[in-house]
Amino acid sequence: MYHYDDYDRALVAERVAQFRDQISRRLSGELSEEEFLPLRLQNGLYLQRHAYMLRVAIPYGTLSADQLRALASVARDFDRGYGHFTTRQNIQFNWIELEQVGDILARLAAVDMHAIQTSGNCVRNISTDAFAGVAADEVLDPRPLAEILRQWSTVNPEFLYLPRKFKIALCSASEDRAAVMMHDIGLYLYRDAAGEMLFDVMVGGGLGRTPILSQPIRRALPWQHLLSYVEAVLRVYNRYGRRDNKYKARIKILVKALGIEAFAREVEDEWAHIKDGPAELTLDEYLRVAASFQPPGYPPQPAVDLAFGSALARDAQFARWVQRNTHAHKQPGYVSVTLSTKPGADMPPGDATAEQMEQVALMAERFGFGEIRVAHEQNLVLPDVAKADLYALWQQACEFGLATPNIGLLTDVIACPGGDYCSLANAKSIPVAQAIQQRFADPELLQDLGEISLNISGCMNACGHHHIGNIGILGVDKNGSEWYQLTIGGAQGKQSALGKVIGPAFSAEDVPEVIAQLAEVYREQRLGAERFVDTVERIGLAPFKARVYPAQEARA
Amino acid sequence: MNNLIRLTEHGPELVSADPWTLVLTEQAPADGPRILSLTAWLQSQPEAVLNGLEVSADAVCLQPDDEAEQLQPYLAVLPLIAVLFPSFRDGRGYSQAYLLRTRIGWTGELRAVGDVLRDQLSHMRQCGFDAFAVREDKSAEGALKGLNGMSVLYGRSAIEPRPLFRRRTRAC
Repeated sequence: MYHYDDYDRALVAERVAQFRDQISRRLSGELSEEEFLPLRLQNGLYLQRHAYMLRVAIPYGTLSADQLRALASVARDFDRGYGHFTTRQNIQFNWIELEQVGDILARLAAVDMHAIQTSGNCVRNISTDAFAGVAADEVLDPRPLAEILRQWSTVNPEFLYLPRKFKIALCSASEDRAAVMMHDIGLYLYRDAAGEMLFDVMVGGGLGRTPILSQPIRRALPWQHLLSYVEAVLRVYNRYGRRDNKYKARIKILVKALGIEAFAREVEDEWAHIKDGPAELTLDEYLRVAASFQPPGYPPQPAVDLAFGSALARDAQFARWVQRNTHAHKQPGYVSVTLSTKPGADMPPGDATAEQMEQVALMAERFGFGEIRVAHEQNLVLPDVAKADLYALWQQACEFGLATPNIGLLTDVIACPGGDYCSLANAKSIPVAQAIQQRFADPELLQDLGEISLNISGCMNACGHHHIGNIGILGVDKNGSEWYQLTIGGAQGKQSALGKVIGPAFSAEDVPEVIAQLAEVYREQRLGAERFVDTVERIGLAPFKARVYPAQEARA
Repeated sequence: MNNLIRLTEHGPELVSADPWTLVLTEQAPADGPRILSLTAWLQSQPEAVLNGLEVSADAVCLQPDDEAEQLQPYLAVLPLIAVLFPSFRDGRGYSQAYLLRTRIGWTGELRAVGDVLRDQLSHMRQCGFDAFAVREDKSAEGALKGLNGMSVLYGRSAIEPRPLFRRRTRAC
């Protein structure tokens, strides 16, 4: 992973001192709350329903064991013993005192971490594939360019007061695991026949109130122009994006209003001025950053591991976990392991206790090379595990509640913190997620249903990415009570699609049974190994609606 | 204007007797030279100024909806350009300043006016502002502490066109 140098450390340390000073001026009343608000947001600090929430940046979801221990210590010493991993591959702490934020940030700075630009109307954490650098289907490692983008967008003075938040993701595998098409800028990185690194640049994606998938703005952009091209997009957006209505301020609205061709012309005109200037990336810089991401020296593994094979044959639960929770690795004899943070009713999706974080840090050291990833599905990933170590790892993960074999299944619910914490939410997310997990606790049923993504957002802001869940649940407020609107057919990845609303909203108590009915329709209608989302695509919404709203269908 | 900070070759200075008055509404009275909106400036200038033959007595204030490029023909006759921040959260002024300095070629005084506060001054300075009319209810002296910002800039700016990767010394 990326190794900080003196510049990186100086910036983070100075930022801690700067924000400490701003906090003390807020506490003394010298800064009004209105003046303080964007400052604290750009340092990851929200004011929620009960307390401050601090969102700490995990650049493109990559952590060292020591960094994860530091997060555990923050959870233990400054929060209530747990943290919540987010869909932007970050972590947030929900019970923070303003007076302690400086000390928390100093503790994080000591392990080269920060909370810079995890909120606010600026460029947010750069995100990518949780299996970046190790996935078998990867074309090339996106992390060096993600780090270069992270540095360039950090405290870039021209772009700190954009019309609205700005999210960038990149991916370079045949499967898009970074939800690239729902980002303000999405980057697909690949090599041409001559081996040159190129980008397809997508622009104008985003969820929220007006969900839109991004559109291509430039194909085959040579990698040297990454920063100048992103700068051109941001300058056009900063100048012309709407500022009169926060719900119409994302770049997707500007792209839609101008049309992609006209928007692209603006960007290309701007880019023509700067493309060959000093923002052009150098091979030296690429190599300097890439040096941090060299693969570890993988000890060679035997072609056939008899002990692993016999454990698979002997222990069906282990075999199920291996099948669901491991991902193919570039290196023979290795896999990536996903540790599920979705055990069901015991813990809200994405939450991990301080003890669990410490255990994961130990597992990463014992069974990997001391590295951990955060997936945008809110699970934790150990990227490099030898197959020979899987059984021991699994046993340890079981002991600490991290081995639920449900990755990609219906109970691998993606959920925002919802009305339990968030002051924006219209409805709670966590109890609904837990009720659904309980309804589908039967592992046989769960396995039989196969891959289904289920996403829950407590409001239109769509932090739970409900639009791109195969099943999406949106909390809505009707006359002061909480209701849930369902969509089906959403998908992420290169075949991204926005889900369609199936009809009127349901009460929280009804949601699990309605999901069960949707699952029943799928089981009756599926052809062969067809996934839920494929069945929805093939047969449309009508059979699902007919089951869920029988009375209405009868009337119609 | 009161409460003004100006960067000079000796460093930042508090300016006590600045003659300029920002006049964005027709009613506002002004003793001494005025900073006018772009529309008012274009309407009020004599032919000689508009033709580039004579320096204007008035300065211009770009508002967020104005295009900085519109000032290109008048650089030689403008005594000062101000950029208005109606709210400190409206970041369009940063791009206007960046363009004025790096593309349009303005080398005279570039003054931030409006909701100009200590915690944004370093960003404004990096985007090319060299004068800051700090909001009147805030201490300009206090705001001086916000000018420097942080010592590390990863990217680039109007005053430092090279990104850090072109400035980095091998020693680190």
